[in-house]
Amino acid sequence: MHISRIAPPAARDLTAVVLAGGAVLLLAAMAAGVLLGPARISPGGLGAVLADWLGLAPLPPEFRRDAAVLGVIRLPRVLMAALVGAGLGAAGAAMQGLFRNSLADPGLIGVSAGAALAAVAAIVFGATVFGVAAGALGLWMLPLAAFLGGLGATLLMARLGSIGGVTGVATLLLAGVAVNALAGALTGLLIFTADDRQVRDITFWTLGSLAGSRWEQVPVVAVLIGLPTLGLIALARPLDALLLGEAEAFHLGHRVEALKHLAVTLAAIAVAAGVAFTGLIGFVGLVVPHLLRLGFGSGHRLVLPGSALLGGALLVLADLAARSLAAPAELPVGVVTALLGAPFFLWLLRRKAAA
Amino acid sequence: MRRRALLGLAATLPLAARAAERRLVTVGGAVTETVFALGAGSQVAAVDSTSLFPAPVRALPQVGYLRSLAPEGLISLNPDLLLLSDEAGPPQAIAVLRAAGAPVALIPDGAGAAAVPRKILAIAQALGLEGRPLAEAVADDWARLDAPVAALRPVRAIFVLSAARGAPLVSGRGTHADALLGAVGAENVLRDFTGYRPLSAEAAALLAPEAIVMMQHALAEAGGVDAVLRTTALAVTPAAAARRVMAVDGAYALGFGPRAAHARRDLAALLHPRANLPSLPARPWV
Repeated sequence: MHISRIAPPAARDLTAVVLAGGAVLLLAAMAAGVLLGPARISPGGLGAVLADWLGLAPLPPEFRRDAAVLGVIRLPRVLMAALVGAGLGAAGAAMQGLFRNSLADPGLIGVSAGAALAAVAAIVFGATVFGVAAGALGLWMLPLAAFLGGLGATLLMARLGSIGGVTGVATLLLAGVAVNALAGALTGLLIFTADDRQVRDITFWTLGSLAGSRWEQVPVVAVLIGLPTLGLIALARPLDALLLGEAEAFHLGHRVEALKHLAVTLAAIAVAAGVAFTGLIGFVGLVVPHLLRLGFGSGHRLVLPGSALLGGALLVLADLAARSLAAPAELPVGVVTALLGAPFFLWLLRRKAAA
Repeated sequence: MRRRALLGLAATLPLAARAAERRLVTVGGAVTETVFALGAGSQVAAVDSTSLFPAPVRALPQVGYLRSLAPEGLISLNPDLLLLSDEAGPPQAIAVLRAAGAPVALIPDGAGAAAVPRKILAIAQALGLEGRPLAEAVADDWARLDAPVAALRPVRAIFVLSAARGAPLVSGRGTHADALLGAVGAENVLRDFTGYRPLSAEAAALLAPEAIVMMQHALAEAGGVDAVLRTTALAVTPAAAARRVMAVDGAYALGFGPRAAHARRDLAALLHPRANLPSLPARPWV
C-alpha cells in the first residue's frame, strides 16, 4: 500500500530533485515535439524561422512552409498536449488520493462519459437541431458542448453521491458508475440515430487527437486547465492528511467535505477542458501518478505536481509518435498512450512485485 | 535565331511544365478518379483510403481515412494543391490546414445526375484544366439512359450497407445509395428515415423488397449471398425467396464520379435483365 510512505521531512530534497527532473523532461519533450515530425525542418529552415520570429531577418520565401509547420501547426499543438496532459495527470493523482484507490482515474467521476455524450450529441445534431448555434459557434460548438457535458455529469454525480451533506467515498464511486452507465446508454441511443459518417466521426473522437489544435484554443485551455491544475497542486497537504483516513484528516483541522467537493470540481474542470478539445485520451490520468508513486512514494507534494509535469511530457511525446509513426496519416493519440503505456506499466508492476 | 525560337517555345512551356511537376494530394474516391480522368493522374502524389480507382492509386502514399486527416502529414508531402472532397474532415484539421496557408480546394460531394458534372467542373477549375469535355461526355452517357430507365417498372429494393453483425444496416433517404436506386429503375422502399439504420425483421416483412443491393466487399464480409439471406430480417423478404441479391463495386456505383453513367447502366441491367438498355460508348476513364 502506498499509505506507508508519506513524505518524511528528509524527502523534501527528493521532491525538489524529482520535480526539477520532471520539468526538464517536459521541456525536452516539448522541444522534441516542436522540432520533430513528418514535415522535416532543416537546421537552415529552423534558423531562418527563428531569425524571423526574433525580428533579426525577414523570412526567405522558401522557408514559408517551415514557418507554418513550426508556428501554426506544431507550437500550438505541443502547448495543447502539454496542458491537456498536465491536467489529466494532476486530476488522476488527485482522484487516486481522494478515493484512496490506486485504480481511480478521472473517468470515474463521470467527466469523460458526460463529455462524450455531449460531444456525440453535437456531432449527431450539430447541423440540424443546433443549426443557429452551430452557425454562430462554428468550430467551438463541439468543445463547448463536451466541456459542459463533462462538468454537468460530474456535478450530477457529486450531488447524487452526497447524502445529508456527507459524501461517502463508496457512495460517490457508485454514483460515478451509475452516471457513467446512464451517459453511456444515452450515447448509444444517439449513435443509433447517427448516420454512417457521424458514427465514424464519433469513433475517431473517442480515440483522441490533437490534430485540430490551433492558437486560438491555447489561451482558453491555459486558463481552464492551468488554474485547476495549480488548484489541485495546492491541495497536496490536505490530500496527504486524507491518506491517513477521513477522521484523522478532520482532527488535523481539514474540512474534509469541502476538500472532496473542491478536488472533484477542479479535476472535472481540468479534464473536461482537455477532453473538449482533444477527445478521450485514456491512461495518462491512471498511469502517470502510479509511476510516481511506485518510484517515490505517495506524498502528494511530489505526486501532484510531478503528475502534471510527467503527464504533460507523456502526452507531448505520445502526440509526436501519433503524428510520425503512420505519416502522412496520423494515429489517434489515445491509441498511442495506451499502446506505449500499458506494456510499460505492466513491466513496472511486475518488477515492483518481484522486488 | 534558333536559340531565340527555342526560348520563345520555352516561354510558352512553363504552364504545362509546371503542371507536370505539380504535386497533388487527392482525398475522396470520386475526386481522385476525376483527376485521373482529366489526365492529371501522374501529378497525384498521395491519396486517402477511399481512393481505390484507377489501379495506380493503390501504390501511392496513403494519407488515411478522409474523416481523420492529419494537417502536418499532408503538409509534409509538399503538395501544390490539396484537392479535398467536402466530406473530408475533421473540420478542425481543415481549419489548421487553412491557418497554415496550405493550398486547399474543397470539392462539393453529392449524388445524382446533376452532382456528377458539377464535381468534374469544380475539380477541373481547381486544376486550371478544361473540364467541359469530360463533364459533357459523362452527362451525355447518363442522359442516354434516362428514357429507357423511366420506362422500366421500378423494382422495390433496399440497399444494405452491412449485414455482418446483428440487424442489417440499410440506407434511407438522403444517401448516395438512395440516389443510386432512384437512377437505376428501382424504388428505395425505405422512405421514412434519412441516413443508415438497422432494419428490423418486422419492417423488412412489411416493406417486402423484391431486390437487395449490396457492395461487393460488404457481401463478402457478411459471408456471401446465402449468409445474407439467412439473417432474420432479410430471410422474410420476397428478395430472399427469389435470391435477388445484387453486388456492386462501392467506389464505382456510389462514388458518382466520372464512371457514374456506366455504373448506372450496369446496375439497371442487373435489376432488369430483360430490359433493352442502350450500350454506352467505351470511355477511357471507365
